[in-house]
Amino acid sequence: MKTILIFTTALLATMAAPARAALEVFACEGEWAALAVELGGDLVNAVSATTAQQDPHYIQARPSLIAKVRTADLVVCTGADLEVGWLPLLLRQAGNATVQPGQTGYMNASDYVDLLDKPTSVDRSLGDVHPYGNPHIQADPRNIGKVATALAERLAKLDPPNAATYQGRYANFSARWQAALDRWTAAIAPLQGRQVVTHHKGWVYLESWAGLVEVGNLEPKPGLPASAAHLAELLDQLKTKQVAVIIRSVYEDGKASEWLAGRTSIPYVVLPHTVGSVPGADDLVGMFDVMVKTLLEARQ
Amino acid sequence: MHLHKRAALVAPLLLISMGSPARAQNQVTNNAFNPAISLILDGHYASYSLDPASYRLAGFQLDADAGLPSEGLSLDETELAMSANVDDKFYGFLTAALEQTDGDTSIDLEEAYFETLALPKGLKIKAGQFLSEIGYLNPIHAHAWDFNDAPLAYVAMLNTAYKDPGVQLSWVVPSTLFIQLGGEVLRGDSFPAANGAVSDGTGASTLFVHLGGDVGETSSWRGGVSYLATDASDRTTDFDASSISFTGTSDLTIADFVWKWARGGNARDRYYVIQAEYLHRTENGELTVSAPPANEVGPYAGTQDGFYVQGVYQFRPRWRVGLRYDSLDANNDLGVTAPTPLVAVHRPSRISVMSDFSNSEFSRLRLQINRDDSRPETDDQVVVQYLMSLGAHGAHRF
Repeated sequence: MKTILIFTTALLATMAAPARAALEVFACEGEWAALAVELGGDLVNAVSATTAQQDPHYIQARPSLIAKVRTADLVVCTGADLEVGWLPLLLRQAGNATVQPGQTGYMNASDYVDLLDKPTSVDRSLGDVHPYGNPHIQADPRNIGKVATALAERLAKLDPPNAATYQGRYANFSARWQAALDRWTAAIAPLQGRQVVTHHKGWVYLESWAGLVEVGNLEPKPGLPASAAHLAELLDQLKTKQVAVIIRSVYEDGKASEWLAGRTSIPYVVLPHTVGSVPGADDLVGMFDVMVKTLLEARQ
Repeated sequence: MHLHKRAALVAPLLLISMGSPARAQNQVTNNAFNPAISLILDGHYASYSLDPASYRLAGFQLDADAGLPSEGLSLDETELAMSANVDDKFYGFLTAALEQTDGDTSIDLEEAYFETLALPKGLKIKAGQFLSEIGYLNPIHAHAWDFNDAPLAYVAMLNTAYKDPGVQLSWVVPSTLFIQLGGEVLRGDSFPAANGAVSDGTGASTLFVHLGGDVGETSSWRGGVSYLATDASDRTTDFDASSISFTGTSDLTIADFVWKWARGGNARDRYYVIQAEYLHRTENGELTVSAPPANEVGPYAGTQDGFYVQGVYQFRPRWRVGLRYDSLDANNDLGVTAPTPLVAVHRPSRISVMSDFSNSEFSRLRLQINRDDSRPETDDQVVVQYLMSLGAHGAHRF
């Protein structure tokens, strides 16, 4: 008992929090870290929990992430259960009261967009389905615009002395984003109505924006790896279809898409699912530039 | 009854405030606040070349139920867990395991605790019954182990895992390196402690420090040192026709280290995990050997060491293989002459290999083979195990 008391006193004595200049933003995925930098510039120090090579479903609550959440002023994540396996654990273990759900320091991007693929029934025999809807919202540039509005407000709330700067940067970003969106929308118009096959059900928001029609997935069920039996069945189904392109993310094994492309002569592409995932996708604008360009060049 | 009444009062108010008649089907119910519920189904088939009833680890007093999993077809713990935020300041968690022994089903309360969410400065308090945060493996539930069984050092010194009612204070240091410091005061009823009431219900205490971080994008690690000090009062186990009872102090130090590697940090396809723990224990006190009609009492000073090293490799999505080496060593000074399991006539060790297949994150089938030299004769063990996880999504603990 005595040792514990001494220990507690020692703990409390060493607890002087270091002063920080920038707002520490912990983003679960790279796109939200990039968005925070667009809106906050030097006023924020943003880190992403997942690199562009990592599947955000499969992250572990590893020590370095607990340490980052501990010092964060804002946690911004996709939500919609994308991070259900690790974010709740990180939040509990870090002991940072200001970034718990419900606090100003916690934001779910998916709260600010309309979710697609909301299942009418959820059962794990359907694979790793997300009961709130498909969480891969970042592949629709219009969603990025909506989340930007909410994130700019949140940054201003957390750092009132710099509110005007956040508003100014938001106005600037918003104008640039709208112009880029008009450009991408015009460029991708020729793909309207074209059929695609995707590795994971991770591109429904892109499809909804660009008017693409998804006719199959390489995963037999969400979250399950592509099997030979499923691929053979898919190959058979595609014989009667005019598929423009096969799409996967960089963190997904390329063997299945290469196999299918080889058998069908449908081109396959690796699209940027987040900032930094493929060359040229260095920021949010670059990510969609590359996405649109890759699709246009690959279509058959 | 009370809730009913309240609901009846609140319901009309809510309906009025909602305004739109289309919303009228939204009944005021309480089940929207149900906690996250999950259920683990765990069972096995085990085959042993030696008689499991003769299982013993020379040099160690084992707790009553430390031993091999039942031979043949058998259920392991069927674990029901519930958790939810209590409110904005507290989180609550419960796991109860249904256990079947000799046809009787019993409920074992594994963990029932709350923890704080809103203490300032990275502090956290946990209170209730919980698995102590010492070591790496101790707080991890059996269904999340990489092997079917616990390392020999955990079986011998912690009865697979130390848990007790208590209170824990922990603190994460605000730094880029992960540093967690903490301590616990616990009742001291569970092995290696015993009869905490004699120590005013505070018969065990712990201190732990865990460090961790990333090396590049591909690797991450955690290491730590923990200390468990317990008072044991009349810690009794049966031994052949006699029984032994220990009263004294039992102090355990654990050093643990885990290294994980995945290509690009993406653990979905391929990863390696190297994990090792070293346990060192000293016990000092008095030993009573009851071999009717005579009792023999004498001093006992034990120095015991144990370690395990294991590696797990996921070589393709869903498939893993693992290798583990286990060893124990005891050096006990006994002031009694009657035969006891504390006489270190043999140095136990074991080699295990396993392979498992996880159809999804929620199901796992495992084959494990042990060459178990826990006893002087080698026991060849084969275990086939299933683990099914239903309900709320499990946590991806590091």
